[in-house]
Amino acid sequence: MEKILEVNDLELSFHTFAGEVKAIRGVNFDLKKGETLAIVGESGSGKSVTTKAIMRLLPESSSEFKNGQILFNGKDLTKLSDKEMQKIRGKDISMIFQDPMTSLNPTMTIGNQIMEPILKHRKLGKAEARKVAIDLLRLVGMPKPEARIKQYPHQFSGGQRQRIVIAIALACNPQILIADEPTTALDVTIQAQILELMKDLQKKIDTSIIFITHDLGVVANVADRVAVMYGGKIVEIGTVDEIFYNPQHPYTWGLLSSMPSLDTAEAKLYAIPGTPPDLLNPPKGDAFALRSDYALKIDLEQAPSFFKVSETHSAATWLLHPDAPEVEPPLAIVERMKKFPGSRYYEGTEGGTY
Amino acid sequence: MAKYITRRVFYMFITFFLIATATFFLMKALPGSPISSASKLSPSQLAVVEAKYGLDQPIPVQYAKYMLNLAQGDLGNSFQFKNASVTDLIIDRLGPSMLLGTQGLVLGVALGILLGMIAALRQNTVWDYGSTFVAIIGISIPSFVFATFLQYWLAVKWELFPVALWKDGWMSSVLPSIALAMGPLATASRFIRTEMIEVLSSDYITLAKSKGATGFEIAFKHAFRNALIPLVTVLGPLAAGLLTGSLVIEQIFAIPGIGEQFVKSIMSNDFSIIMGTTLFFSAFLIVVIFLVDVLYGIIDPRIRLSGGKD
Repeated sequence: MEKILEVNDLELSFHTFAGEVKAIRGVNFDLKKGETLAIVGESGSGKSVTTKAIMRLLPESSSEFKNGQILFNGKDLTKLSDKEMQKIRGKDISMIFQDPMTSLNPTMTIGNQIMEPILKHRKLGKAEARKVAIDLLRLVGMPKPEARIKQYPHQFSGGQRQRIVIAIALACNPQILIADEPTTALDVTIQAQILELMKDLQKKIDTSIIFITHDLGVVANVADRVAVMYGGKIVEIGTVDEIFYNPQHPYTWGLLSSMPSLDTAEAKLYAIPGTPPDLLNPPKGDAFALRSDYALKIDLEQAPSFFKVSETHSAATWLLHPDAPEVEPPLAIVERMKKFPGSRYYEGTEGGTY
Repeated sequence: MAKYITRRVFYMFITFFLIATATFFLMKALPGSPISSASKLSPSQLAVVEAKYGLDQPIPVQYAKYMLNLAQGDLGNSFQFKNASVTDLIIDRLGPSMLLGTQGLVLGVALGILLGMIAALRQNTVWDYGSTFVAIIGISIPSFVFATFLQYWLAVKWELFPVALWKDGWMSSVLPSIALAMGPLATASRFIRTEMIEVLSSDYITLAKSKGATGFEIAFKHAFRNALIPLVTVLGPLAAGLLTGSLVIEQIFAIPGIGEQFVKSIMSNDFSIIMGTTLFFSAFLIVVIFLVDVLYGIIDPRIRLSGGKD
């Protein structure tokens, strides 16, 4: 499949009073046309910063690209001027934000907010833009769009507002849609509706989606591929089946074990011990080593490079090195691996189910 | 909306009634009377004059009479200015005061908004520090000191404007208006700066950026209206500040306005004018605060006025 976005060796720092915070420390991934890539990881892992860096939405005064490229259709986004970037934002790449309660302008009608990118990028007249906006509202499942277009954000519920934010993001048929935890602030039933809507829309308008979340249940539901981020780096990347049923990195093991499941007998929910690393002084070796039960001596000294598990799957852990000792993953993970053809614990012939 | 306004007007009348009552009894609690300064009168003559003006009657009776007259729009007659009616006196003096107040408020708020916007958009630069400096000057130097400086530099030294008096038409109003504008200017610029910075870091501004909006569009289309909301809230108190400020400023520039007349009548214990002017000021403020509330709803759709459910 055709690559639409390529992030190469991206490094980004924030300058704070305490010093330089290395928020992204060498991130590599690509996004193919029409696919959904989920980026998962706990708070502070750099997943949001990575996507804001792609959109260049980070404050220019305090953030700095240290290294790397973000190639979109051959153009390096890190090198573009503000003016050039303004032409891409909202037109080719657009974004859905976490909290629909605060992401709409309270003093502007939603119609005007949806029409803004249409007027800006699509060079349509006001009357036409209004028609497009009404169609968009209908597309995202808003009843009576003709009447509601004149209303203000406070007259809508949280779920409806997120639909409006999605309508704004889709206004110019973007090639990439970045969804930064779009369902986190919504209650569970609305979450499901919004996810259904996004899946539906992707089929209709054929866009690529980067979906940021810390909710693995959501990932299983929407993603084609998954990148697991930790401490400003991607530690494992693969297809959704590979990550869920043949995970290799101890952090991914931890994440999957801390996901509540109905079919384990265990009464207590697993939690990864410790706290994420301080990126003001990032650890020398594997950032997860100090919290990991599977850390090797070398993990404390040298950061692991990526080891290929399959064509689509790789993980940055020394456990995959030919000289590494064979370790037994946590029980819940072994159970998962049993269902994955190609894993060393595979048994039986039926394929994996979610 | 109509229901809301009717209710508000009713409350406005109650407020006005309470102010009138309080002022009346406060005036009566003051020692002396308008006539007592005329020491040439003998006690018996005094009694005749007092009887003529109804000052010999018990205070509750005087109060009832005053309120009845007030209800008919009659503020009584002055003791000082040849028995002229207070209403006429106030109307005569209204022009210069209104001109100064309006010019001062508009100039102050407009310049303040401009300074605040510049400070917020150029945060932590020379522009920001300059605007902060102007605001500190405006807040900490009283308007009468500032007025004296203006008179010395712009009027006496450079002879650009008349020093005082109300003889050169609009030119006479420039210096006092500037002196009055300093307070609102400082307040407005601080409010706008703080609020703009806050608004510019909000989620909906990030969303606007992610739509491809330019810096200009973000500042004026998205941020400005939201940053105005807190400023509108203090417009009422600002207008009140201008009223009291004008008392002093009109004295300094010898302007025949309400403030100047007010001060003079306090000196001579002319309580019908004091009452009249106080009530006029109160009515003015009550109306300004009401208008501010309506304006508030226009700017912020979340608080569009409605009748309420109670």
